[in-house]
Amino acid sequence: MTQLALIIDLNVCVGCSACVTSCKEWNTSGPAGFMSDENPYQKDPTGTFFNRVQTYEVGEFPKTETVHFPKSCLHCEEPPCVPVCPTGASYKRKLDGIVLVDYDKCIGCKYCSWACPYGAREIDEHQKVMKKCTLCVDRIYDENLPEAERKPACVLACPTNARLFGDVHDADSEVSEMIRDQGGYQLMPEWGTQPSNHYLPRRKNKITIHKDELVRVDNPLNKEQKEHHKPVDGSVLDDSSFI
Amino acid sequence: MHPAFSVIFLTTLIGAAQGLFLALFSTQVYSEFELLPGIGDTNYYGIGAAISLILLIGGLASSFFHLGHPERAWRSAACWRTSWLSREVIALPTMMLAVFVYGIIHLFGLDSIAFTHGEITLSTSLFVGIFGVVTTFALFICTAMIYACIKFLQEWASPLTVINYFLFGTASGFTLATALASYLGLQEHILFLGGWAIVLTILVFITRTASLYRNSRIKHKSTMQSAIGIRHNKIQQKAQGAMGGSFNTREYFHGKTAMFLKSVKFIFMILVFPVPVLLLSTSLNNGNTEVLIAAFVIQFIGLLAERWYFFAQANHPQNIYYQTV
Ligand code: SF4
Ligand code: SF4
Repeated sequence: MTQLALIIDLNVCVGCSACVTSCKEWNTSGPAGFMSDENPYQKDPTGTFFNRVQTYEVGEFPKTETVHFPKSCLHCEEPPCVPVCPTGASYKRKLDGIVLVDYDKCIGCKYCSWACPYGAREIDEHQKVMKKCTLCVDRIYDENLPEAERKPACVLACPTNARLFGDVHDADSEVSEMIRDQGGYQLMPEWGTQPSNHYLPRRKNKITIHKDELVRVDNPLNKEQKEHHKPVDGSVLDDSSFI
Repeated sequence: MHPAFSVIFLTTLIGAAQGLFLALFSTQVYSEFELLPGIGDTNYYGIGAAISLILLIGGLASSFFHLGHPERAWRSAACWRTSWLSREVIALPTMMLAVFVYGIIHLFGLDSIAFTHGEITLSTSLFVGIFGVVTTFALFICTAMIYACIKFLQEWASPLTVINYFLFGTASGFTLATALASYLGLQEHILFLGGWAIVLTILVFITRTASLYRNSRIKHKSTMQSAIGIRHNKIQQKAQGAMGGSFNTREYFHGKTAMFLKSVKFIFMILVFPVPVLLLSTSLNNGNTEVLIAAFVIQFIGLLAERWYFFAQANHPQNIYYQTV
């Protein structure tokens, strides 16, 4: 079985929100219709987004670290939002594990949004249907696109490569390897939802350098010891002035 | 959670309707087995069923205001295998049908003897009533399970939710039935129904207090640490991913002060329990209709506040991601 998912690397996310804007751009122009906004250019803008980047400060000043935290539907393997839907509008695809909402069936009762512990679903206040991340299902299978572009819009937009996309059920995929090797984890594991999206933790980018590593003791030319530009004692021609 | 008035009215109105129907049915059972005198030529069952049906329709109508697409509401019966909401959508009209038939039989005097065995004769309406009772119970369970089945809404995820929904509905329904009996001058029935109304109100006082106590000491399983997966005791949110708020900051917060919440709790604790019990017990003997109607109305207003509080108190784990609301 396939389970497509995103891996989000908190170690390299710089919080630029490129994923947020490219997600909105792609999906608002998609076949499912626009994602409506209220006051987009005025005070207090608000609207429908599939993906948002939040920022947290960890630690106590001055020893703090800023963590940017992109948050979207995690395409849970046991999605609690799906069985509660009375109309069957919310469903999980067998084919690739993507959790979707059928906008033509949804009655906008919001029950599924109550049943998602992550707050990943948002009602579109104008179309009155529930919306959430589709993993760009209308993009990743599009054969008109070059193969390298058959990825969610957010993944393509990320300048630091903090978002990876792939099949987490395939043990040899890049994403599975990342989860294994870099300590990938799930959000709120206590509810048994088994999110497919994983996050990679912050890692310490520190190395210790010893002195003998700076001086190349084993260098046969022993270049470091050559003094190329030894300053000349006494005055030189440049010291006199011809004004 | 943000309390939606459509849902507050839906649950309180149908609760009273269900309780009223159970009151009618119990009266009928008691009088068929001659534990209570008959209702004479009053149309107690018929009128009662009509009121119950009106309340059910009122609840159904108000629920439509909750939907983004009410015109598609028929679709919501589809997933009864998995969704309590879908089951409620089936149970509600079924109960309405049962109450309707029950009411028609009584209002137009269509009742007949369905069963005789020696001394015992049972009427057709009694069997319709049994069907009605089954649907009433089913509806109570469905309505309450909509909330109780969301396990991470820990304030709701408890059998107490189901018990409270049942007892609140029956208490207000029996109070209403007492007022009706008094209006029709059924003295003995006032005692029977009013007695039960008091008992049910006291019972629900105990169970609601239990749930308030439980909720005041609740330990939330999700924490900031498990929500973003960073193991540090000091985490502060700096940005929520929205400037003018989002669905997340509107739907899951009641947006009122702690003081307001406290006052609502105080109000419903007074209006739902002591006041109706006092009014009921003082007028059981003299059958003062106005006082009994007041008892129902006051209790119902109290229940609106109770339901508001029920929603407002539930703390959704997604709120962890919105610390600065
Ligand atoms: S993150 Fe929420 S909306 Fe997405 S699949 Fe999981 S429970 Fe459903
Ligand atoms: S809002 Fe739509 S998708 Fe969500 S539970 Fe209701 S009908 Fe289903």
